[in-house]
Amino acid sequence: MTTIADYLNTSAVDNVRRALQAAAEYESYHSLLSLTEDRALARATEIDQNPVKGRLAGVPFVVKDNYLAFGAPTTAASKILEHFETPLQATAVEKLEAEGAICIGKANLDAFAHGGSTENSAFGPTLNAHDQTRVAGGSSGGSAVVTALDIVPFALGSDTGGSIRQPASFNGVYGIKPTYGMVSRFGVVAMASGTDSMGCFASTPEDVELVMNIMAGKDEKDMTTLPDYFAPTEIEKPLKVGIITELMTDDVDAEVRAVVKEYADTLRDYGHQVDTIELPIIKYSLAMYYIIVPAEITSNLGRYDGIRYGKRSEKATTLQTLYGLSRDEGFMSENKRRILIGSYVLSSGYFDAYYQKAQRARTLLIRDFERMFSEYDVLISPVAPTPAFKLGANTDDPVKMYLEDAMTVPASLAGLPAISVPAGMSSDGLPIGVQLIGSARSDALLLALAKQTKRRNA
Amino acid sequence: MTQISSDDVVKLATMSSLQLADDEIAQLGTDITNIFGYIEQLNELDTEGVGPTYQVNHLSNVWREDDVAESLTGDTLVSLAADAVDQQIKVPKVL
Repeated sequence: MTTIADYLNTSAVDNVRRALQAAAEYESYHSLLSLTEDRALARATEIDQNPVKGRLAGVPFVVKDNYLAFGAPTTAASKILEHFETPLQATAVEKLEAEGAICIGKANLDAFAHGGSTENSAFGPTLNAHDQTRVAGGSSGGSAVVTALDIVPFALGSDTGGSIRQPASFNGVYGIKPTYGMVSRFGVVAMASGTDSMGCFASTPEDVELVMNIMAGKDEKDMTTLPDYFAPTEIEKPLKVGIITELMTDDVDAEVRAVVKEYADTLRDYGHQVDTIELPIIKYSLAMYYIIVPAEITSNLGRYDGIRYGKRSEKATTLQTLYGLSRDEGFMSENKRRILIGSYVLSSGYFDAYYQKAQRARTLLIRDFERMFSEYDVLISPVAPTPAFKLGANTDDPVKMYLEDAMTVPASLAGLPAISVPAGMSSDGLPIGVQLIGSARSDALLLALAKQTKRRNA
Repeated sequence: MTQISSDDVVKLATMSSLQLADDEIAQLGTDITNIFGYIEQLNELDTEGVGPTYQVNHLSNVWREDDVAESLTGDTLVSLAADAVDQQIKVPKVL
């Protein structure tokens, strides 16, 4: 696997051509929805002619197709935005471009990032980088696969409830969901604004660190961003690490649990103290998530009215049917399920019983995490209950698909940083990741631990 | 346990400005009933006297200076609409 350093001090045009060639070679994985070839080559030529000093000068990358970026439509893998050409770029993309990075294409996802397999894309699923009969994971499946296939050294994703961590685990690359507010959400198609977090995939923790260091910081255009606190670091003293017992039950694949235990042993070899800890409330996280997040989704997707931008139904004859038909034709079934659930839990008479109840439960979850982090530096768990599953295995059963998120949503609801570290392989040759969760703003510590253990794994 | 009937789905769809095809309605009712079957386990949790958390990093009233800055033009924004005439977006008749 290449790293960012392999692309520095070389011809940007060659870098871009190499990436485009790899994208063509691996087309059968369907990891990319579009290439931004013309713009990428123009930028590369400019960089070669007027060398810039940026930390990513001439380095090609890919964005999940819910990031607004020039050079190709931003579809969010949906029909309603199929031909949407953005008039502005996401802050994260602008920051990377300012360092000389070159976006070469836009990666597949579950439409509007609703899903855990990339099978909900309106343009067909992405296939797993290690086994084409299996899912890429999701919703940032395309970004994980382009990184795993080494088409580019890093790719951007978004993680609302596990959408970076789970596909990172399924494809054997590093993935980070930062602390809520570390990276600007401006210019990324909103899913659930209260937990949407922008992060990246790369083949080394050092590259993740570099990209996050560039993207972090306050943005006037996203009032929930935090002042830039991210400072790369190294492990200087033994840490206290807790394995979350509730996420290591018999429901979790035995090979996945074995990989987590082996990783715990590696941590012990480095002198860290690893205990098993209990966090009973964690088992209610998924129920909270599937109330709070659909509520935010139904609000955020309200803007797609077929009028101001996006697809307009050609069958509509009145204003009311224009809304209804444009939305029916433009959204996938999973989008509709979540919109309807959201409308239900927010409606008068049910608001207290569902939405308020879930937000109160969330307070309890946050308090329990805080209590745990007063004693422990890092918590670890599996990323997902199984390695990558077969295409079509969960598509008829939404609850089964939602259970894929059970281990990743707790950190999302609490706004905590969490990363997926590739840590082992199943007997079928499928990658298995371990999740590291830290206290708010401890993103750099998690990456430091990943850097330390990488030396052992490599 | 909450049962979501086809009538409920139609009512929720109306609230959500979604004009569903007839063959989608029954399946959505079944799916949403099953999802509520799962999420209602939250009722086991005692949340009496606990405040809700709507915003996880505890920010409030984030202000900026009210300066005039560059932004997208009206022409650019109107050009995104499916149908427009003279900087005005065209829609079908309301009545």
